[in-house]
Amino acid sequence: MATTLVQQPLPTLPEGWAAEKDFKPIGSLTKASATQRTIEPVGPHFLAHARRARHKRTFSEDDRIQAQERAKNVEEENESDISEPEDPMMLQREAKDWKAQDHYKVLGISKYRYKATEEQIKRAHRKKVLKHHPDKKAAAGRTEDDNFFKCIQKATEVLLDPVKRRQFDSVDEEAEVEPPTKKQLANGNFYKLWSKCFKAEARFSKTHPVPAFGDEKSSKEDVENFYNFWYNFDSWRTFEYLDEDVPDDNENRDQKRHVERKNANARKKKKAEDNARLRKMLDDCSAGDERIKRFRQEANAAKNRKRLEKEAAEKKALEEAQAAKEAEAKAAKEAEEKAKLDRESSKKAKEAAKTAVKKNKRVLRGSVKDANYFVSGDASPATIDAVLGDVELVQAKVDPEEIAALAGKLSGLKVADEIKAVWEQEVQRLIAAGKVKDSEIKAFKA
Amino acid sequence: MSETRTSGPAPADRTAIGITFGNSNSSIASTVDDKAEVIANEDGDRQIPTILSYVDGEEYYGQQAKAFLVRNPQNTVAYFRDFLGKDFKSIDPTHNHASAHPQDVNGTVSFTIKDKEGEDAEPSTLSVEEVSTRFLRRLVTSATEYLGKKVTSAVITVPTNFSDKQKSALLAAANAADLEVLQLISEPVAAVLAYDARPEAEVQDKIVVVAELGGTRSDVAVVASRGGMYTVLATVHDYEFNGSALDKVLIDHFAKEFMKKHAGVDPRENARSLAKLKFECEATKKALSIGVNAAFSVESLAEGIDFASTINRLRYETIGRTVFEGFTRLIESVIKKAGLDVLDVDEVILSGGTSHTPRIANNLVNIFPATTTILAPSTNTTAVNPSELLARGAALQASLIQEYEAADIDQSTHAAVTTVPHITNAIGVISVSESGEETFVPVIAPETAVPARRTVVVAAPKAGGDVLIKIAEGNTHIKVTKPEPKANGSKAAKVEDADDSDADFSDDESEDEEEKREKVWKIGATLAEAAVRGVKKGGKVEISINVNADLAVTVTAREVGAKGGVRGTLSA
Ligand SMILES: Nc1ncnc2c1ncn2[C@@H]1O[C@H](COP(=O)(O)OP(=O)(O)O)[C@@H](O)[C@H]1O
Ligand SMILES: [Mg+2]
Repeated sequence: MATTLVQQPLPTLPEGWAAEKDFKPIGSLTKASATQRTIEPVGPHFLAHARRARHKRTFSEDDRIQAQERAKNVEEENESDISEPEDPMMLQREAKDWKAQDHYKVLGISKYRYKATEEQIKRAHRKKVLKHHPDKKAAAGRTEDDNFFKCIQKATEVLLDPVKRRQFDSVDEEAEVEPPTKKQLANGNFYKLWSKCFKAEARFSKTHPVPAFGDEKSSKEDVENFYNFWYNFDSWRTFEYLDEDVPDDNENRDQKRHVERKNANARKKKKAEDNARLRKMLDDCSAGDERIKRFRQEANAAKNRKRLEKEAAEKKALEEAQAAKEAEAKAAKEAEEKAKLDRESSKKAKEAAKTAVKKNKRVLRGSVKDANYFVSGDASPATIDAVLGDVELVQAKVDPEEIAALAGKLSGLKVADEIKAVWEQEVQRLIAAGKVKDSEIKAFKA
Repeated sequence: MSETRTSGPAPADRTAIGITFGNSNSSIASTVDDKAEVIANEDGDRQIPTILSYVDGEEYYGQQAKAFLVRNPQNTVAYFRDFLGKDFKSIDPTHNHASAHPQDVNGTVSFTIKDKEGEDAEPSTLSVEEVSTRFLRRLVTSATEYLGKKVTSAVITVPTNFSDKQKSALLAAANAADLEVLQLISEPVAAVLAYDARPEAEVQDKIVVVAELGGTRSDVAVVASRGGMYTVLATVHDYEFNGSALDKVLIDHFAKEFMKKHAGVDPRENARSLAKLKFECEATKKALSIGVNAAFSVESLAEGIDFASTINRLRYETIGRTVFEGFTRLIESVIKKAGLDVLDVDEVILSGGTSHTPRIANNLVNIFPATTTILAPSTNTTAVNPSELLARGAALQASLIQEYEAADIDQSTHAAVTTVPHITNAIGVISVSESGEETFVPVIAPETAVPARRTVVVAAPKAGGDVLIKIAEGNTHIKVTKPEPKANGSKAAKVEDADDSDADFSDDESEDEEEKREKVWKIGATLAEAAVRGVKKGGKVEISINVNADLAVTVTAREVGAKGGVRGTLSA
């Protein structure tokens, strides 16, 4: 065989790949990876195979049987599924009444009906032909009545034509599963009974797969899906099988047209009735469907729960808002009170400070008076003026703390020189700080 | 074939031919310089009706016997091949209604006919085996006359569902006709061989569907063709949709036409009228395979009234719709039965007389992808005449094995030789796409019989270097892509873009856009990894996978044109 060339490249060897002699066995083929089959002993390539396989060996009849048993058989003869007993009444049927016959029953596949595969129909037909062909009956000395054989041929003609088969399946009453009655439903089995009914009804569906009816455990989504599908059911069911025979075109044309019109109307009417029937069936089924009730209740409960939750939340929010408002008011009041207190206390402090300053100033003035203005005997008004002038000047230049400090230093001192030294020191400090000019000082000159 | 054969001629003394012994028609073929040729008999026919007829003790066969179906039906035996090796209760006598009827003689199927001369000669009761012997003898005689050498041996084709009992009966009938049967081969495989033996054919791994559409039955098989060896994967057999069902379509049509003019006279009600009607309808049907119009004319069709009419192909295809569609469904069903999809099928071989019908092949073109070759006269100019395929295949096989001793042939076709494991999954190697995705490159196809060996050459990465050889199993699945639902908005936009003239046209096209189906490979279990080192820039690697009879796998890989490489074995 010619070797193929593949352009799409091989992968590069991954980093770190290593194996003994560069070959890494990973899996293997097992018996399960192969099927024993029979090669056809035909053609030049088979001859080559046979030469290799035989290798001068001789195979026996036993070998043959064993090998044949091993090989998968592609020619199965499976007819066991089409062996229904024949109803003697059915064998008496008149072929001209073929429209009224049950085609599946005639072929012995009534348990399959619309489910019968084309292959089953063909096998069933052949089986019936082998038995009922008039020539065979004649050979067996039986009557040459070929009525039932014609029934068989008609049944096959209908069932092997997909269009005609659908027309028949559309009106095959034997395949119908009536909706369960109230009485049947009273014994439970709601899901099983309806399921069977819808399964049968599903044979008319244009689309597949048809959603299953399910049971009490089905999810809400599945149940909704099911009813959605069926309330929008797209059915191929038709009713021309029940048409009245149209007279041959050789006969009266008007008559022909009349029958055709009548048939068309009848089909339409039956189709509408069928739609209504399905609709009623769905209404009945859904009305009794506990799942729908349960889902509704659950939905209601959920809705209620939501409402209650909402109300509670609203109440809580209201309360919280109120509390917040109250807290705010309280805080405001407290702040106001505190501010008032603060204001009051600061006024007092100021007054206290003022009094302290006054008191301290009195100490300062007193100190110089106590020191008799630093003279012995009566101090001249000029001296008193000069000293008090300096005291005034210092007082004006310092803040209350400095006054207090100065008063602290002065209080208790009785000796004039000591007092004077304190004053001179203070004056010097102020001059150094540039707060007082040397020239302004009259008495406390060093 | 478990029965012992009567000792035949020595290989050197043989003259061997291929025979198709059909239920409706038979053919004989021989090979000249390895080329098969179907032999015309003394009447000039290559399709010889499988019919015998006796008139005044004289035996007629083929086309002449067929003509006697009208005037001498009770002494004419037709459609008997399928009764060989069957008991009376399991035969379908449908097609014998207009000729000698099969009878039950102690369970054996027999026919009672007057085959001797004289008004009051006793009729003979002939078993189906005896009838077959007489017919085969006529075929051999025709071949002998044509070849100018006594034909001693033959390969004969049989349907795939011919039971051992049927095969034994056929061998016995042939031996009684002094014909050595070298081998019975199955019909679909004979057809494949006829195609594969053409000089332009290459040995390829492919899936072939062979539809053998005859007069009374349709048999379809799926054949895995692997390295020139053939394995039948699935078959279906049908007795409803066939050439005679198409005859019936025309019979009913022309009977109604006739009755339009002659109300109350139904030519189908009278055996002789029906025989004439059928004979002419078959001719009209064949004419419709070639031309688009065909004439129909019968002298004294019924009650002495001549009838002539015409029909065109379109009308024929309309009234035959259910039968034509039946063929299509039958072919689809066998593919499904084999667990395959139409996308897996490489070739469809249409074989048998009914396969000349253009509508059948054209319907297949619609269900298969464009990559499937439909081998029928109306779809492929290189197609072999479908009526000749089986005989050609049989003749080719005869020429292949005629030099072997009978015992040797028996041993070579022994079940112990033919029953072998076929791998379920493909075995292949991994390559990487531009986007870095791993893809499976099948090397040995699924359903390949082992031992088997296949080789591929795969490019190394552009830059060369060390490459990884990853051997894995793989299988296919069908990926279905639904067409994008067309939004109304985009449709309007499209019209704006398009030229006014073809806007409508392109719209129509997009409306019946179908879902896209593709066959894609899925990577399965890894079997082994190997390294080929130092591949040069732009180099290629040759990989061989060998599966032994015991399912042990040997892998070898080496750079093309370089020495060395790697080799490893996975024991089963
Ligand atoms: N050219 C043709 N066009 C259509 N049908 C044909 C043609 N040639 C033969 N047939 C039909 O093919 C059938 C016979 O097919 P064949 O393969 O010879 O039969 P069988 O396999 O049954 O022996 C008949 O129904 C015959 O009418
Ligand atoms: Mg055939």
